[in-house]
Amino acid sequence: MAQVSMTVNGKPVTGEVEGRTLLVDFLRNGLGLTGTHVGCDTSQCGACVVHVDGRAVKSCTMLALEAEGAEVKTIEGMANPDGSLSVIQQAFQDHHGLQCGFCTPGMVMSAAALLAENPKPTEAEIRHYLDGNLCRCTGYHNIVKAILAASGQDVSIAAE
Amino acid sequence: MYEFEFARPTSLAEALAALKAEDAQPLAGGQTLIPTLKQRLASPSVLVSLSAIEELKGVRREGDTLCIGAATTHAEVAREAAAHYPALAALAGGIGDPAVRNRGTIGGSLANNDPAACYPAAVLASGATVVTNAREIAADDFFQGLFTTALEEGEIITEVRFPIPQAANYQKFEQPASLFALVGVFVARFADGVRVAVTGASEEGVYRWESAEEALSKEFRPDALMGLRMNPANMIHDIHGTKEYRAHLVGVLTRRAVAAARG
Ligand SMILES: Cc1cc2nc3c(=O)[nH]c(=O)nc-3n(C[C@H](O)[C@H](O)[C@H](O)COP(=O)(O)OP(=O)(O)OC[C@H]3O[C@@H](n4cnc5c(N)ncnc54)[C@H](O)[C@@H]3O)c2cc1C
Ligand code: FES
Ligand code: FES
Repeated sequence: MAQVSMTVNGKPVTGEVEGRTLLVDFLRNGLGLTGTHVGCDTSQCGACVVHVDGRAVKSCTMLALEAEGAEVKTIEGMANPDGSLSVIQQAFQDHHGLQCGFCTPGMVMSAAALLAENPKPTEAEIRHYLDGNLCRCTGYHNIVKAILAASGQDVSIAAE
Repeated sequence: MYEFEFARPTSLAEALAALKAEDAQPLAGGQTLIPTLKQRLASPSVLVSLSAIEELKGVRREGDTLCIGAATTHAEVAREAAAHYPALAALAGGIGDPAVRNRGTIGGSLANNDPAACYPAAVLASGATVVTNAREIAADDFFQGLFTTALEEGEIITEVRFPIPQAANYQKFEQPASLFALVGVFVARFADGVRVAVTGASEEGVYRWESAEEALSKEFRPDALMGLRMNPANMIHDIHGTKEYRAHLVGVLTRRAVAAARG
């Protein structure tokens, strides 16, 4: 076992992990932050996306020890300080960007990374950016609309 | 995953020392190695992370050569190579998805030499040099078939040096489930001739399409390829495409790459 320290959603945390412990397992089992999901074993679904030093990564495809000293942000860190939903989360609710919700934490984290890089993405840019986030329920259109809305753009331009 | 120890050195010298342990293996972005470990297809004793070694990172120009540190991520190459070698930057920006690009590295991609990976096509078509801790390896000698390279046990890639071509383009026909190339073609035009490298198509891994190179070196136009056909005999055949389909795509993508490189 080895010790790992990082900042998660603004709070310094320390824990004991094995070499093989994945970041997602440290977040979920070590810290009880079960908002980050695991939807596959092949690094393809994106349900586990979190931000490490401001960049979207698949927390199922990174060792916890690789995040030593890093700033990690998960879905639990997305709400506003008063507990109300962030603009992106609220837009997912308003535009029915989720059904079962399993993919949603990863979708929201990817959307936040996209908007940080590109504050007014086109519909095509949104769809392209979500290449690595799979959703089995919505058919994606409402997710794209939610991200357009969260970026202050007209949602009617998204194809039905 | 089987158990392993984990080391995160901050210098190349420390990494090389750690890699001397029996069954030690380097870990770069982990975007191939971690899924492999999850399937228990690898069982290293020690994983030696390259992610904290600053001397292995970054993009630097030296005259007509673009030097890229082995531990530079696909996302960094997409951003930092854009002003120097746009076709290479575009290739890096089209690998996988944003999260894969934020972790995956050029060194890891080349060491892995997946038959459907993108970077091998750029390295081979550019006639790049793969630099390791021990030597410099020409692209033509580096790739040795599926998942096989000239690297020796414990040898690590430190840098890749790309001669910058006059014009170049990469065309990737994406396999939408894996996001890898079903077929990808990189065309690079230099003062002394044209090089064409094909990934995703052959059972022997990335290769140069020499008859297309000859035709394009005489005349750099899509029409120069009319009548040239790739022999489907050694092509990959799977549920995503037949041999014939892949052979056909090689021709189509090469013509598109030439048209795009001409601008
Ligand atoms: C969903 C998904 C989609 C992808 N799509 C594409 C795609 O479209 N095109 C594409 O080309 N790739 C694609 N990839 C693969 C991706 O580019 C990987 O990042 C890359 O293949 C491996 O790089 P890595 O840095 O992650 O290496 P790792 O996974 O850490 O290592 C891979 C192998 O290389 C060895 N290694 C690593 N660095 C070095 C070094 N410097 N010297 C010697 N050996 C080293 C390791 O020991 C290991 O054997 C995809 C991956 C995923 C998960
Ligand atoms: S759990 Fe599927 S990509 Fe991480
Ligand atoms: S809402 Fe169910 S998987 Fe996306």
